[in-house]
Amino acid sequence: MLRWLLIALLFALPVRAEEVVLGLSQDEVAITTSFDGSEILIFGAVKRETTIPESELGVIVTIAGPPEPVTVRRKERRFGIWVNTDAVELDGAPSFYAVATNAPLDDVLGIRDNLLHKVSVPSKLRSVDTPNTVLDASAYVAALIRINTSAGTYQLLEDTVIVDQDTLFRTRIRLPAALTEGAYETRIFLTREGQVVASYETAIDVRKVGLERWLFTLSRENPFWYGIMSLAIAIAAGWTASAAFSLLRN
Amino acid sequence: MAARHLDFPSAPVLTVFMQIYLPIAEVSVNAFLLLGLGGMVGILSGMFGVGGGFLMTPLLFFIGIPPAVAVATEANQIVASSFSGVLAHLRRKTVDLRMGTVLLIGGLIGAALGVLLFNYLKSLGQVDLLVRLCYVVFLGVIGALMFVESLNAIRKTAKGTAIPTRKKHGLIHKLPFKMRFRVSGLYISVIPPLLVGLSVGVLAAIMGVGGGFIMVPAMIYLLGMPTKVVVGTSLFQIIFVTAFTTMLHATTNYTVDVVLAVLLLIGGVIGAQVGTRIGVRMKAEQLRILLALMVLAVCGKLAFDLLVTPYELYSVGAVEGH
Repeated sequence: MLRWLLIALLFALPVRAEEVVLGLSQDEVAITTSFDGSEILIFGAVKRETTIPESELGVIVTIAGPPEPVTVRRKERRFGIWVNTDAVELDGAPSFYAVATNAPLDDVLGIRDNLLHKVSVPSKLRSVDTPNTVLDASAYVAALIRINTSAGTYQLLEDTVIVDQDTLFRTRIRLPAALTEGAYETRIFLTREGQVVASYETAIDVRKVGLERWLFTLSRENPFWYGIMSLAIAIAAGWTASAAFSLLRN
Repeated sequence: MAARHLDFPSAPVLTVFMQIYLPIAEVSVNAFLLLGLGGMVGILSGMFGVGGGFLMTPLLFFIGIPPAVAVATEANQIVASSFSGVLAHLRRKTVDLRMGTVLLIGGLIGAALGVLLFNYLKSLGQVDLLVRLCYVVFLGVIGALMFVESLNAIRKTAKGTAIPTRKKHGLIHKLPFKMRFRVSGLYISVIPPLLVGLSVGVLAAIMGVGGGFIMVPAMIYLLGMPTKVVVGTSLFQIIFVTAFTTMLHATTNYTVDVVLAVLLLIGGVIGAQVGTRIGVRMKAEQLRILLALMVLAVCGKLAFDLLVTPYELYSVGAVEGH
């Protein structure tokens, strides 16, 4: 917090100090049996002691899922068919990342602050560790961004933050159904003339609950009994269904 | 102002019944889609008297279930869907338990080898390719053989000649370790049934199939078993081999999704009952030619996907814990 304040102060020198007051519709997401993704409403206000500055206010909201090591593979044609040939293991890429802004990202955020705060998808992924053994590692990172963007795992949502009277802001970010469990780092940046003037950080906790939690834990911690249970349940269900059907027929 | 947005509408009641989050596959799918898929494959398996695993597993790939989860879960489902079948055959005494046990021993060894191979190729990132290639090869060969055979049968019945009798294989009778199989009325070496069981076990582990579509013809044409005990005996072998495969996948890969299995199963059992009724009304040769065409269609689609230049050359997967 202090670090952010210092950074904010450093860059906020030419403009008047502004602060973020934040609210979340929920600070945890429970993955239940009927879970089909979740929409998070992020809202807040800009607290300031002085008059509203002349320049345009930029509001940027980001949500990042816990980093997960992934293997990116490239296919090549071998013997007439397409086969995975090269693979690169990437560490530190977020499992989910969304950036919402109130105007085109390039208009509200300069290149320098974008890199410093790792805001846009490419700058967020700049710090991803790539092995030195691969020459074109950046091609794999680019592929990761491309695949995750088309799958909706990485989202750039420009003009989706609504700002009222330069003070109140709100946005909705939809988390997809296929979520990794963990803490989702949520950040808010206020910008003026492409520079970050204030920021705020919090986390949304995503985890499986109830039956989902129980089955998942059992399958990892007691795989043998999970297997036995799966067989027993499946046999019982199959038998019951066919018994019920033959009862219906008679 | 903010408070007004707090009570944004929660998910409509309908989706609570439709969407279901699979705990192991970690995807959310429509429950009715799974029931429908199970039902559709169930109808086909009832009509043709096959397990349907070879159709279900590729269909699960198509709806976005990770291949490793699809293969392991399908093994679990086959155990359950074969269970009532085995009971019925045991009551009718149409199971050659001795032959079944020999096939089973081969099958268990094969399944263990198959899971080892599966996990090794998974660490190399080639498991998807292996599964697809296996499908293309086996579906292609079986589909083509069945198509030619049933076409000939249709021609012969049209001419009015009798269905050809089984061929006698000389080689099988020359092998050592002979054993008497009373129910089948055979006195043959245990090597061929062991090998048949073994290859089916490997397929069960890699392809997520019961392997009935390979085992049944092999039992009739290779081992010379009487047709009436073939289905019961193969089901007997399948149920234990797929149960073993399920356990291996559950303990080494953690990829068995019980929720998915149960949903597919319920649809499958009901579909199978409907399919059996449709099957009774159709001629055997017509059924076989239909099945052959379907097998060839699935094979063609998978082969096409391997040959055509993919839209995206890169793919993203989880890092294996090695």
